[in-house]
Amino acid sequence: MPRSAGLFAQAWRIASKDLRVELRSREIVYTMAFFAGLLVVIYSFAFPHDTRTIHAAVPGMLWVTIAFAGTIGLGRAFDRERENDTLRALMLTPVPRLAIFLGKAFAIWILVMAVAVVATPLLALFLDAPLFDYPLELAGALTAGALGFAIIGSVFAATLLKVRSRDVLLPVILYPILIPVFVAGTGSTAELLKDVPDLHVTHVWIGFLGIYDAAFLVLSLWIFESLVIE
Amino acid sequence: MSSASSASSAPSRGLAVPILCAVAAIGFVVSLWLAFVVAPPALDLFFNQKIFYFHVAHAFMLFTAVGVAGVCGILYLKTRKPHWDDISSAATEVAVAFGAVVLITGSFWARAAWDKWWNWEPRLTMSLLLWLVLVGCVLIRRFAGPSADRIAAGMALFGMVGVPFIYFMVGQDQHPNSGANGVAATLDPAMRGAFWCAVGTFLVWFVALLLMRLGDTRAEREVRELRERALDLGVIE
Amino acid sequence: MGLDEVHVAKVAKRYGLERALAGVTLTLKGGSMCALLGHNGAGKTTLLGVLSTLVRPSSGKVEYRASGTELVGDRVRGEIGLLAHASLCYGELTAIENLELFAGLYGLDDAATTCVRMLEQVGLDKRAWTRPARTYSRGMWQRLALARALLAKPSLILLDEPFTGLDRDGALALGEQLGSLTSSGAIVVVVTHDLEAIAGRADHVAILRRGNLVFEERGAYSYEQLKDVYHRHAA
Repeated sequence: MPRSAGLFAQAWRIASKDLRVELRSREIVYTMAFFAGLLVVIYSFAFPHDTRTIHAAVPGMLWVTIAFAGTIGLGRAFDRERENDTLRALMLTPVPRLAIFLGKAFAIWILVMAVAVVATPLLALFLDAPLFDYPLELAGALTAGALGFAIIGSVFAATLLKVRSRDVLLPVILYPILIPVFVAGTGSTAELLKDVPDLHVTHVWIGFLGIYDAAFLVLSLWIFESLVIE
Repeated sequence: MSSASSASSAPSRGLAVPILCAVAAIGFVVSLWLAFVVAPPALDLFFNQKIFYFHVAHAFMLFTAVGVAGVCGILYLKTRKPHWDDISSAATEVAVAFGAVVLITGSFWARAAWDKWWNWEPRLTMSLLLWLVLVGCVLIRRFAGPSADRIAAGMALFGMVGVPFIYFMVGQDQHPNSGANGVAATLDPAMRGAFWCAVGTFLVWFVALLLMRLGDTRAEREVRELRERALDLGVIE
Repeated sequence: MGLDEVHVAKVAKRYGLERALAGVTLTLKGGSMCALLGHNGAGKTTLLGVLSTLVRPSSGKVEYRASGTELVGDRVRGEIGLLAHASLCYGELTAIENLELFAGLYGLDDAATTCVRMLEQVGLDKRAWTRPARTYSRGMWQRLALARALLAKPSLILLDEPFTGLDRDGALALGEQLGSLTSSGAIVVVVTHDLEAIAGRADHVAILRRGNLVFEERGAYSYEQLKDVYHRHAA
């Protein structure tokens, strides 16, 4: 039997399947975007509207929104693999299991980025935060943070697939492990909102996120199969 | 085969725990003596500084336990030998206990040094974050059903790999409330004896706790296996 | 190169303290259909999971042999076809899309024609091919699932309760199909409670009880004989 397609081609096949299903129903994107919007509205009622408070709190709001909305999307995306036990079907194919992990993580990454694309302008609009003064740095931090979330999130969402209380346990596992991502993300964004930002600080945090992503990507690739196989 | 190995190791296991406990008890008294009588009082904190010996020793054990849980987690995931899972699980539970002591004594320390019960001192923050991972592991073991062992092993492993990142992070982070970190940095040579004695004591105590917990799990396994064998043979219904 | 022998050697599996399999040794041969019987919780599904490489045994191992040489890793997975309780197909995708996805993942040549041939072979109504699978009836799902399982011409075919939800005719047709797969040289393993459906087809019977293999014999069995050994050994 010919096995011509490489690792990345197979990973892309799986990711594009996920994205195609999502494009057809748009369920996850719509509900995540709505939820993110709701959070922003709640924040704007929960915090006083003076400039200093807002500027200090907006980075945290942004990253908490990503964490919460991202977790919902992550859970739902893996629910789709559970409904007809299709993750098992993927694991049964001769495709290297790394490719399955890469494909799932890539699709989740795109979904989390979609949340960020919705949440950031909403925060800037409703709370009058100058988030877009340094678009490149902001995009870098969000991309790297979302990637870390997608990598670790995919590993544990896949292992939790058969667990009954997975919706409660997913954040119990993810958030303690992901705290560095949120701290680094908030740190980099907070610097951008200062009156005179020291871009060096932001760059250090983005670099930190990059190294974090790389380390956990390697770890996940190494351990994914052992974790998901019963 | 399993019964033979357990029978031969039973007497040594039976003795190891009491001996370790006795050593830890003696060590504890000696460290108290060294800390309160021999070591000079600290210049700025006086009597309050004495908690340092026990606080930091527990923090060392917290990190040791996380390392043990993480490494045994890898071994379990790669080999699927149940005893690695038992060790990882026991280390996690012991680490939660040690971590609780670290956080409580750290909080006393913060009250004495900075007049606040919690002030996001970097090392204490680090212990807290690590402790959260471990509590998560325990929750997983309790509530995740038949696949709990795999998931908890994975979480311990990811938590362990995250330690250097947390370390770097708390160093970088200019937390609004974070206090200066003075006393722990420099250690008077006269205090070192008391400090290392406390570390040694709690290391022994850690191993003793680990073995006790492990003994429980093994006993549970053996009872299970005996029951299964009896059921297979039709001796019991 | 198809598998012609699978040897399960002292396979034990524990989930935490729970024992699912207690050291099962079993040899499966090409061109033979093995009926794996037992009560709920006897370990049948776990054993099927171990055979499908999706459950790692706590001890013991499974050897997959193809004309004398042992296959490992993804070479083995390419030879396994699984028909499980769930359909293992995506409800949001059409039948064609489902099969094309898996054909790609299995690395099949001329995926499009293979998929069409497969769907014709299982007899899925042509008008349904381009409809999302979630609109299918139970019988149509079953056909799609079978098409997916047999897509890559597996030589080890594992079936978990394949007859549930099928009417008498459907069960008969499936039984016949399994018979022809067996005679073409594949190793077929059926986990089922439906003794009638496999009577006269299975030539190898294995019965599990609380994780132990309590009965194993090769030979043709009538329905009455199957019922008899089942009641004597499974309980």
